[in-house]
Amino acid sequence: MIRKLLIANRGEIACRIIKTARHLGVATVAVYSDADARALHVQLADEAVYLGPAPAKESYLDIRKVLAAAQQTGADAVHPGYGFLSENAEFCRACDSAGIIFVGPPAAAIDAMGSKSAAKRIMEEAGVPLVPGYHGTNQDAGILEGHAQRIGYPVLLKAAAGGGGKGMRRVDSADEFHSALDAAKRESMNAFGDDLMLLERYVVQPRHVEIQVFCDKQGNGVYLFERDCSVQRRHQKVVEEAPAPGMSEELRAQMGEAALRAAHAIGYVGAGTVEFLLDASGAFYFMEMNTRLQVEHPVTEMITGQDLVAWQLAVAAGDPLPMQQDDLTIIGHAFEVRIYAEDPDNDFLPATGTLVRHRPPEEGNGVRVDTGVRSGDEISVHYDPMIAKLICCGRNRREALAKLDRALQQYQIAGVRHNIEFLRRVINHREFAGGRATTHFIEDHETEILRREHQLTPLKCAAIAGYLSERESRDLCARAPQADSRSPWHNGDNWRSNLVGRRRHHIDHRGQHAEIRFAYNGETLNWQSRSAEGEEQSGEIRLLRDRELALVDGRRVGFSSVDTDTETKRCGSIFIDNTQVEFELLPPDMGEAGDRDRGLEAPMNGTIVALLVETGAAVEKDQPLLVMEAMKMEHTLRAPAAGSVQQFFCAEGELVDGGRLLIDFAAGE
Amino acid sequence: MSQLQSKINTRDKTFTENREQMQKLVADLRGKVEKISLGGSERAREKHVARGKLLPRDRVDALLDPGSPFLEFSQLAAHEVYGEEVPAAGIITGIGTVSGQPCVIVANDATVKGGTYYPLTVKKHLRAQAIAEQNNLPCIYLVDSGGANLPRQDDVFPDREHFGRIFFNQANLSAQNIPQIAVVMGSCTAGGAYVPAMADESIMVKEQATIFLAGPPLVKAATGEEVTAEELGGAEVHCRDSGVSDHYANNDRHALELARRSVDRLNRVKNPGLDIRKPIEPIYPPEEIYGVVPADSRQPYDVREIIARTVDGSEFDEFKALYGTTLVTGFARIHGYPVGIVANNGILFAESAQKGAHFIELCAQRNIPLVFLQNITGFMVGKQYEAGGIAKHGAKMVTAVATAKVPKITILIGGSFGAGNYGMCGRAYDPNFLFMWPNARISVMGGEQAAGVLAQVKRDQMEARGESWSEEDEQAFKKPIVDDYEHQGHPYYASARLWDDGVIDPADTRRVLGLCLAAATYREPEETKFGVFRM
Repeated sequence: MIRKLLIANRGEIACRIIKTARHLGVATVAVYSDADARALHVQLADEAVYLGPAPAKESYLDIRKVLAAAQQTGADAVHPGYGFLSENAEFCRACDSAGIIFVGPPAAAIDAMGSKSAAKRIMEEAGVPLVPGYHGTNQDAGILEGHAQRIGYPVLLKAAAGGGGKGMRRVDSADEFHSALDAAKRESMNAFGDDLMLLERYVVQPRHVEIQVFCDKQGNGVYLFERDCSVQRRHQKVVEEAPAPGMSEELRAQMGEAALRAAHAIGYVGAGTVEFLLDASGAFYFMEMNTRLQVEHPVTEMITGQDLVAWQLAVAAGDPLPMQQDDLTIIGHAFEVRIYAEDPDNDFLPATGTLVRHRPPEEGNGVRVDTGVRSGDEISVHYDPMIAKLICCGRNRREALAKLDRALQQYQIAGVRHNIEFLRRVINHREFAGGRATTHFIEDHETEILRREHQLTPLKCAAIAGYLSERESRDLCARAPQADSRSPWHNGDNWRSNLVGRRRHHIDHRGQHAEIRFAYNGETLNWQSRSAEGEEQSGEIRLLRDRELALVDGRRVGFSSVDTDTETKRCGSIFIDNTQVEFELLPPDMGEAGDRDRGLEAPMNGTIVALLVETGAAVEKDQPLLVMEAMKMEHTLRAPAAGSVQQFFCAEGELVDGGRLLIDFAAGE
Repeated sequence: MSQLQSKINTRDKTFTENREQMQKLVADLRGKVEKISLGGSERAREKHVARGKLLPRDRVDALLDPGSPFLEFSQLAAHEVYGEEVPAAGIITGIGTVSGQPCVIVANDATVKGGTYYPLTVKKHLRAQAIAEQNNLPCIYLVDSGGANLPRQDDVFPDREHFGRIFFNQANLSAQNIPQIAVVMGSCTAGGAYVPAMADESIMVKEQATIFLAGPPLVKAATGEEVTAEELGGAEVHCRDSGVSDHYANNDRHALELARRSVDRLNRVKNPGLDIRKPIEPIYPPEEIYGVVPADSRQPYDVREIIARTVDGSEFDEFKALYGTTLVTGFARIHGYPVGIVANNGILFAESAQKGAHFIELCAQRNIPLVFLQNITGFMVGKQYEAGGIAKHGAKMVTAVATAKVPKITILIGGSFGAGNYGMCGRAYDPNFLFMWPNARISVMGGEQAAGVLAQVKRDQMEARGESWSEEDEQAFKKPIVDDYEHQGHPYYASARLWDDGVIDPADTRRVLGLCLAAATYREPEETKFGVFRM
């Protein structure tokens, strides 16, 4: 029996685990870093222990500190969540020797799956089908290239210690092989402290179908059916669903049995996931086993009606599995989408900043939101930029999909770029809707899915005019003298003696520039816009302020807005009629003096990895100048033209803020 | 407070007719102002903009806080005065908030006669400064002017209230810590050069603004020296070498932004010393005033109908409601500010004048701003009334009005004739603000009365000579007099000559009063010392 559970994690998964623990009457202990002192998971837990500075290595990944926290609070079990220490055998052992239950598999099972090449050997022996590949320890580049030839291009380079797409490269031909190998090794070393690589055949047109397994200490095992996670971007899952579309009972049983064989082969206990590649013919290959609770476990919970964390806690406490295989049935269809702070328009660059607004759709009736953040929280550079998981369940796939789309429309996030519109395009794509998505879905339909829908429609213009008028009165009101706070000089409706007061603004809506003008006519605003191309539009909007509604040309729509200013820019985010309109006010032309060559700025917060050229050296256009790492991904700053680097304003290893000038660059031969 | 109950039927024919009549007047006013607001000729405007300069109204907009109201003064200044068009007398003046602080803004319009100062331009500029002084509001001058209008120099330069007074005012306003900020955005020649030079802080736009006592042609004539305007008095010279200007701006918008920052650091705090409450809209909408005011100005109506459509919650606590009933006095709130209202409801009698004096004393004692709603044909005349001392009773009211040190705002809502104008805080009594409705009339007496008096005098003379005067001849004699009075008593005529601060839409009265009250209360309360009341 577990009485007090320490959750060695943060964010949504920590919150999700706390929820179940609380439901079961188990006391909870949160741990946190400097960056998370006011985080939601800390607030939700009964107790919280400070670990250390924001970098995970010094906090969430520090075994000694986490264990000390458990001992200090008298926790009798530790749930590692996913990521961080969840697949760390050393931590598992440390828990064992401290007499604390590790909610997860035995250390040996983690070890067995930790090294992918070792795992494959075990699977081979257990009769689990494998993709042809090379899983050896000889890492000589020439040898590896030879194996790549044998397996046949395209091949996949993978970090043996890796996961989540880091240290992973697809190589299409021999001449790319060595540079790809170097990059993958460097990334792997950075991410996992190990650069052992393995090679595999790159299966064409595959689907990613994984089986949720569960084993108890008594030796029982069940599978809780499959999840289809084919929709991936750079090997990162985007949408997950259960059951897999088009899955036959027969194949499901085959894959389930294979997954259980894999689990039993390593003496598995607890929740695990066996990932397979499934090709169009129904052949499936073992990819890897994740020896932890998966990010996407909620879809399985939704279609089985089970609480997997509750199962985990039961099994960890030594109880037998709560159900037999035959008791488990699929009761519906569920989707999960991962809502990320990232910019789909800008190569999915992770976004950081203040989550000025985080307003998920209402939960219940098949809608579930797992999140670890609230409005006002910071999305920092230190951790995964996931904001939330939105899970929707219906009686069938179509119903679940409709709910998901509606919930995405209602989801309001402002302050950081996010992928909601991207997700909507994914799930509404005919191929996805038809259940035909493979792991290449996004790259195959890139033009449709990544298309930018940033035209300034009349609705958007109306929204911007409404927001600006509202903001102007708010700003003016805020400046009213204390002793005369309701002075009519501060009401902000731009009144003019015997004339119509017209406001004019220049705005940038995702790269589209336009002039927006508006004039008050009583409570109604008459607006006009003119795009950079000279296109004119007009209409009217009236805000019904207290009710988050607006009348747009007489039509009543939802309307709410929030300021998303940065230090240098005035920006707003408006939610109108289930559309989000983000824009910034272009500052008036102040006739800046000076024509210095533009320097190069950090695209985001991150750490400088390498300065690649000498100061003063001549460089070619597009020559890499500097490498920085952010969100565990490398970004290279390149020369914008032929010229020379006058000066670096940063040093290797330095943590820099996004937007900071890094290089003083002078163009010219 | 007690709520006024309107007795107006907004559905009856009279209301509709009245409304239509007033709508016509308002539409005419708006049309005229719209045209005036364009400024100079299209060609002049195009040339101005082509130089990278903002039009003066765009400058004002860019200077003001986004969304700020702009209470403009004397839009009709110089309207049909000079036999040539000088829209708004070539200068835009008004109050708007800059960095949260209501400021008096004076902006030359270089598209109108090069921004030169006509006599009425001077008068309008001085009036804006007087408003700044009386209400303790910072002044921002957007300078773009060729200086005095040379052909009219005799009416511009020499006298007390002429061009030189502008700089006298700047010095004395500054002495009272009323900030003087000049933004030079074009030429600023000769006497005009003193506007930035006398300012507390000044800003110049590079390669656009020039300040010099004498321009290149004059310099060449005087000394033979050849020099460009920029070399002689550009921003480089004055910000770098001469120190005539303090801030160097890249362009108009930059200059206006610098002015905004300048205001932002003034360190001024408002202490109105008033019991200000939450504003409540009147129960009766202000637009209904259109239908309340009779189309025929000789028709009497209850001024409380106007008050009900002006004050917060239509609530009005009347003072001496039963005494001297031709003058309505009482307490109310407008936009949350406490006010004492003095409103005509007929001719002034001794009792009404005494009541008025008493009420003004009360408000002065309590530091309550006064609002005068003027619709007055005058004091009662006749043997009985003279013997009753109407002159001394009227004098009491005039004394009270003249010396009360609370903010005073006058609106001419109807007639403004004779001594009634004095007792009701006409222009000569220095109200902080004075506005007219488009239906109002102002003259020493009504046109009919004046024609009547003059005809009577003439008839007496003729009869003394034994001549006779036919009824027809008398009518022919009176007609031009009546017409003259009608023409000269018209609000446009009055406003063109700055007898007021502007003609307003009656539906805007509540708002204008609110803005005026809020502006007037930037000056801290002052103690009133009344003169001798003739008892």
